[in-house]
Amino acid sequence: MRIRAHQRVVHALVLAAALAAGAGYATRALAEGGMASDANWQSWKANANVADVASLQRGARDFAGYCLGCHSLRYERWSRLAHDLKIPKALLVKDLIPPGEKPTGYILSPMIPADAENWFGKAPPDLSLIARLRGTNYLYRYLKTFYVDSDRATGANNLAFPQTAMPDVVSPLEGLKIPVYKTIETPGPNGKMIEEKVFEHFKQIAPGRMTPQQYDQFVHDVVNFLDYVGDPEREVRRAMGVWVILFLLGFTWLAWLLKREFWKDVK
Amino acid sequence: MATTERETELRSPSEPLPPGATLVSKKRGFWAWINERLPLDEFIAKELTGYFAPKNFNFWYFFGSLAMLVLVIQLVSGIFLAMFYKPSAVAAFGSVQYIMREVDWGWLIRYIHSTGASMFFVVVYLHMFRSLMYGSYRQPRELLWLIGMVVYFALMAEAFMGYVLPWGNMSFWGAQVIVNIFGTVPFIGTGLTQWIRGDYGISDATLNRFFALHVAAVPIILLLLVMLHLVALHQTGSNNPDGIEIKEHLGPDGKPLDGIPFHPYYTVKDFVGVGVFLVIFALIVFYVPTFHGIFLEKANFEPANLLSTPAEIHPVWYFTPFYAILRGVPNKGIGALLLLLALVSLLVLPWLDRSPVKSIRYKGWISRLMLTVFVISFVGLGYLGMQPAEGIYIILSRFCMVGYFAFFWLMPFYSRFDRVKPVPDRVVYHAH
Repeated sequence: MRIRAHQRVVHALVLAAALAAGAGYATRALAEGGMASDANWQSWKANANVADVASLQRGARDFAGYCLGCHSLRYERWSRLAHDLKIPKALLVKDLIPPGEKPTGYILSPMIPADAENWFGKAPPDLSLIARLRGTNYLYRYLKTFYVDSDRATGANNLAFPQTAMPDVVSPLEGLKIPVYKTIETPGPNGKMIEEKVFEHFKQIAPGRMTPQQYDQFVHDVVNFLDYVGDPEREVRRAMGVWVILFLLGFTWLAWLLKREFWKDVK
Repeated sequence: MATTERETELRSPSEPLPPGATLVSKKRGFWAWINERLPLDEFIAKELTGYFAPKNFNFWYFFGSLAMLVLVIQLVSGIFLAMFYKPSAVAAFGSVQYIMREVDWGWLIRYIHSTGASMFFVVVYLHMFRSLMYGSYRQPRELLWLIGMVVYFALMAEAFMGYVLPWGNMSFWGAQVIVNIFGTVPFIGTGLTQWIRGDYGISDATLNRFFALHVAAVPIILLLLVMLHLVALHQTGSNNPDGIEIKEHLGPDGKPLDGIPFHPYYTVKDFVGVGVFLVIFALIVFYVPTFHGIFLEKANFEPANLLSTPAEIHPVWYFTPFYAILRGVPNKGIGALLLLLALVSLLVLPWLDRSPVKSIRYKGWISRLMLTVFVISFVGLGYLGMQPAEGIYIILSRFCMVGYFAFFWLMPFYSRFDRVKPVPDRVVYHAH
């Protein structure tokens, strides 16, 4: 219970900080919005925040809707997810868990790995630890840089992960886009000019169901959710750490007083 | 009556007892029963209340007791991990995730153990650096230093095998690289690596035997060596920042004039060190357990995979100084030889130092410069060992290697000719 009470304080602090940072973030996001920012996709940030429970809940819903068909979270149980994300059990059973699965079961994809290997050349990886393996910024960039590529068997390619085996399953939401390159000439070794194709921006060729802002929120939520799944104890750990450290500081202070007392007679 | 009993207990054995008094006769009941059968009081009187340590210990003298503390932390947290960990190539990675997510307080125990591994080396490196500064390896403490070095080697083996157990991809490929070093041994190299692995490659068999060695064999050896290290320490007595033997200045009562009983003075002082250390330890465990990919590497969040090599393979930070030496030269055999020489250099250090004084306080500028060069080289090698093995990193690592070896192998010359300052008769101490 003490952890809960403390968490509320932490949440309030986080909220205050978020409000302060939010203004700055919003203006920056507006400035970066649109085509001009595509060229610096390598510096896009996920801004994941696992204290944002609403975002985690949306992320869980979207994961179940769009990712679970192929990707498992084999180290996380449905019940654990519902508990941590404050999802009522009735809602969990009704909306998230696939029919036939139990709340105490692990979050497993129904896809058979042997089939997946036949279809994609590689079984889709388990995503329990993907945020810890790749980092949230990478996941954010990956989900935002799919583009149409007719040379690929899946018809899709990706800037963050070139030649990815994953089809562009988010295209119904985001729409279809193609990369626009510009040619840069740089002087080569023998004074000759070398032509280089540099990615400039994406061009939308078909709209999706979501606006760019909605899609950005969607990606943010899913990445945020994966960040939580990678380290589900993080919030408990952070809340508890404060008390452990306060106790240890008290201990150190007492030890220091004791030391000072004893050492008075060392001349 | 109670006061006399207390006084008798605190009295050191060398002190003459009042007429008619004996240590045992003052005791009654349970403790007397124990002491007639086990020399508990005698041990405490000899090794704690009657063990005299120099009174001028500074910050650097915390790390010996802290190393013992970390050893205990590792043993206790390790026992609990072993209750849930499964040493098989199929189940190992999943069992670690099971500990992290489903075992009550499993995440805490595991982060304590993984942080403890790195902090063990932090503490041991600072403990060794203290020895380098104040000449604690010099006569009469050569054997104390040698035993300490064997503790360090055993710790390296323990840490390496422990790192393989989670069976992440970096564990797997790191183990490949490190075991392959033994393949450079002439004639028996190939057979030796197979003998270590129990297979033609790192496999289930390797994991199983590393588990056995990590939880049983090496910890027992470590405990035994640490005990020997302490026995040797108490035989010669501690060195101090002035590098003066306190036993050479005894008072009329036969006690060193500059010494104070280890208990209570250094036990209470060490508790302060323990407190500060645990605050830092807890900050890491609760807020940065992976230490930004240095204590727990990102590539290790993916199970071991023979078909997928991590972009950059390197061992954990505490091995990277030696790893940088290994790969700093193009020839694998010579690299391994230099790695061996780097470790042997540490072993023979007591016989390389020819300075008439022990402590850096009274050594001349050349010795101070060389120690600085050594620290920069060692830290530099540690950093470079984590970088890709190419271009500027390799060139810089060669400069650092020169610095590392120059410290040791030029020491017989520079330590002899370096102008030293006069050493005071008694230790420098200002009462607080």
